[in-house]
Amino acid sequence: MDTLAKALKSNIRQYGMIIALVFIMLLFQILSDGILMQPLNITNLILQNSYILVLAIGMVLVIITGHIDLSVGSIAAVIGAIAAILMVRMGVPVWLTLIICLLIGALIGAWQGFWIAYVGIPAFIVTLAGMLLFRGLTMVILEGQSIASLPESFLNISSGFVPDLFDEAGGLHLTTILVGVLLSLLLIWSEWRHRMVQKKYGVETIHIGLFIVKVALLVAVLNAFMFILASYEGIPNLLIILVLLIAAYTFITNRTVIGRHIYATGGNVKAAALSGIKTKRVTFMVFVNMGVLSALAGIIFASRLSAATPKAGNLFELDAIAACFIGGASATGGVGTVIGAIVGGLVMGVMNNGMSLIGISIDWQQAIKGLVLLLAVAFDFYIKNRSN
Amino acid sequence: MTALILEMKDITKTFPGVKALDGVNMKVRRGEIHALVGENGAGKSTLMKVLSGVYPHDTYTGEIIFNGQKCEFRDIKHSEERGIVIIHQELALIPYLSIAENIFLGNERQRRNIINWHETTVEARKLMERVGLDESPDTLVMNIGVGKQQLVEIARALAKKVELLILDEPTAALNEDDSKNLLDLLVELKKQGITSILISHKLNEVLAIADSITVLRDGRTIETMDTHQEQVTEDRIIKGMVGRDMTHRYPERKAHIGDVLFEVRNWNVYHPLHGGRKIIHDVNLHIRRGEIVGIAGLMGAGRTELAMSLFGRSYGRQISGKIIKNGQEIDVPDVSAAIRHGIAYVTEDRKNYGLILIDDIKRNTTLANLAKISRRGITQDYLEVQEAEAFRSKLQIKTPSVHQKTGNLSGGNQQKVVLSKWIFAEPDVLILDEPTRGIDVGAKYEIYTIIQRLANEGKGILVISSELPEILGICDRIYAMCEGRITGEISREEADQEKLMKMMTGTGGGKLGHAG
Ligand SMILES: Nc1ncnc2c1ncn2[C@@H]1O[C@H](COP(=O)(O)OP(=O)(O)OP(=O)(O)O)[C@@H](O)[C@H]1O
Ligand SMILES: [Mg+2]
Repeated sequence: MDTLAKALKSNIRQYGMIIALVFIMLLFQILSDGILMQPLNITNLILQNSYILVLAIGMVLVIITGHIDLSVGSIAAVIGAIAAILMVRMGVPVWLTLIICLLIGALIGAWQGFWIAYVGIPAFIVTLAGMLLFRGLTMVILEGQSIASLPESFLNISSGFVPDLFDEAGGLHLTTILVGVLLSLLLIWSEWRHRMVQKKYGVETIHIGLFIVKVALLVAVLNAFMFILASYEGIPNLLIILVLLIAAYTFITNRTVIGRHIYATGGNVKAAALSGIKTKRVTFMVFVNMGVLSALAGIIFASRLSAATPKAGNLFELDAIAACFIGGASATGGVGTVIGAIVGGLVMGVMNNGMSLIGISIDWQQAIKGLVLLLAVAFDFYIKNRSN
Repeated sequence: MTALILEMKDITKTFPGVKALDGVNMKVRRGEIHALVGENGAGKSTLMKVLSGVYPHDTYTGEIIFNGQKCEFRDIKHSEERGIVIIHQELALIPYLSIAENIFLGNERQRRNIINWHETTVEARKLMERVGLDESPDTLVMNIGVGKQQLVEIARALAKKVELLILDEPTAALNEDDSKNLLDLLVELKKQGITSILISHKLNEVLAIADSITVLRDGRTIETMDTHQEQVTEDRIIKGMVGRDMTHRYPERKAHIGDVLFEVRNWNVYHPLHGGRKIIHDVNLHIRRGEIVGIAGLMGAGRTELAMSLFGRSYGRQISGKIIKNGQEIDVPDVSAAIRHGIAYVTEDRKNYGLILIDDIKRNTTLANLAKISRRGITQDYLEVQEAEAFRSKLQIKTPSVHQKTGNLSGGNQQKVVLSKWIFAEPDVLILDEPTRGIDVGAKYEIYTIIQRLANEGKGILVISSELPEILGICDRIYAMCEGRITGEISREEADQEKLMKMMTGTGGGKLGHAG
């Protein structure tokens, strides 16, 4: 038990937010008379928040390197507009449109990254300029109007589900259940392997009983979640995209040399540079990456809205930034995790969704979200100062 | 009024996993200079932070009695009101403000929140005169050297009606003249009735001015000596600090010197901002395999600038000249190229240029050579822990685990982490810039041993140091530098302090260094 307590304590920043998320979910589950956790609503929750989560993944890298990006909402908007023009006006096929859009996203990121990394202008200013510039370009491209009637296969990105390979059984989506089982096996295997590696290197491992409880709990949560999805239409396409992104970026930040370079650059630029890290290139690449993910968010948003509008992506940047800080990232750089940002994004998402469900007005929602952001960061500060 | 100005009783302070202070007792008499000495991590800085309210009274146990009254300080402001002022290991001045503004920072000469500039300037002048600082009060702090900045800190303390002045390693970053200046000032302040506590690793300074000396070891008080009552020697203090006799300050050296490994020809460097200013003039030098070469020079001689410009052009502009390694000219356009060519540079400024303080020991150790702990770009975390653990025990870094943040380590242990990092990078040529700054005698000996071991492995070592005894103690051959030029070269056998000093100040002696 002692080791568990220690492990909890050392990870309290992350677990703290997960506990907060569970608490908020339970709260709204009760307040909304059980609507929150209904299959339809859970699916909706994922779809509604997907673009913010995509942005939060890119944003947390930007924040770890010690910068900020205020332009992501405008970039998402301009990409949505370009996609609509390409597909509707010029008849470019959907797959080609997607590639072009992501490339333009990378170019925009490179443009901003150049000013920030190589010229040395603060990111706050460069991306503030970008926010105005790309919002303006969106207006120009769309001539102030929305473009609707986007192709079916484009809309399918956000509204589609993984098809069922089996016959429906009692209204349950069997493929989803099967995926759940496969993932459970994968989870058990990887946890076990991790434990074996720990043993091999003589690292203290948690007691075997505790280990089983932990894995069983994870498996239970996973399968419960898959069951809820299976009772509606199964796994949304967007969920697949999200899970892949989260897994890839978690791996990159935790386990790769590039990830190390990102943290080191944010932790102390001068020391990192004197350790042979090409800090300017790291910063540049982080902004290119942000550009690509902003483009992806723009595509998802246009697909969900079935239209490109001049107002698309308004205030997305603030939601993404808030998600990172709620998730434990530090404004001074060097600290933050992808998982943290995702949990932060979900906290915001569940609150939005829950407050709508119980009929709190939009105006109050804004105010409450502001308070939650402040309290979350204050809580974080408290924990940090106490452990010092 | 009692003879004692301060008594600290049974002070215990723990950090997660570390008992930094374990029942420390200390008594300071009114009007004396009281030195506090001990190894790195002994708890000196922590004790002074307890005393000055940096750690508030509910975070430690024990009693502080100041001027006969029991004190429980909430914060620094609170202890300053009572007349205790601390000057930290790292200076806390605002570079973009003027000297006068810094002196009265947080203590402004004002009337109803409007600053009285006239009074500020006049009072600042008086205080500056008192500490012997010859500058205009309007000069920005960023434009004066560390020695003068230290004086500004003291002037600032005086502005607060200080009774007990605490200085944490004030001379660590100062050259000999500035150090002497500062110590003289402390003696002068003593005459005016100000008591001071001085933390220092430079025992000669301690012996020169201290009235009493308290020795800490592993968070405990070992003894307090009165320099007027008994004959105190450096060896005596060292014995208290390390708990055993230390007969030698420098390890025995059996050099095995081979061929020329690293050579610099006609190296010229210009200032990075002021294009016309030449910082390094036509430097030629060489290092042989297994050789420890020193560069002696006064502060501002351009030694750090030379080293950093060699290390992947991390300093300066319009750099010209050749670097030759193993007989072949190499191209070193940036730091990663330098590391690839087996050059390492251990900075003199570990906090700003050496470490990522918010990261732990293991990540700092491996940072310059991540390839060694990764396969196909993927880091192997357990391998990393093993490697870092190996360095922790080999270099005797005092800390419970390699998961400790480097920002929480004492100065000397931080230095060992920086050294680990560069040894881990497996260089052939190791440039060490002030490798023992702020390090205790015991740890210094360990670091010298490590340097010798690296040399004996066939590496070439270049040591920059402002301490002549150190240069003379460990180097096989010594270059002297003055105003960006190599002004002399001398072998260890021929060298002594006087000859070096002459070369360093450019007043002759020594043949000019010609490479090859
Ligand atoms: N904030 C902290 N968190 C954890 N451990 C700490 C913290 N501050 C200090 N320590 C530990 O407490 C011990 C005493 O540190 P302290 O800085 O007082 O040493 P010191 O005597 O001043 O050494 P030096 O001469 O190297 O400056 C060390 O082991 C250090 O690692
Ligand atoms: Mg200290």
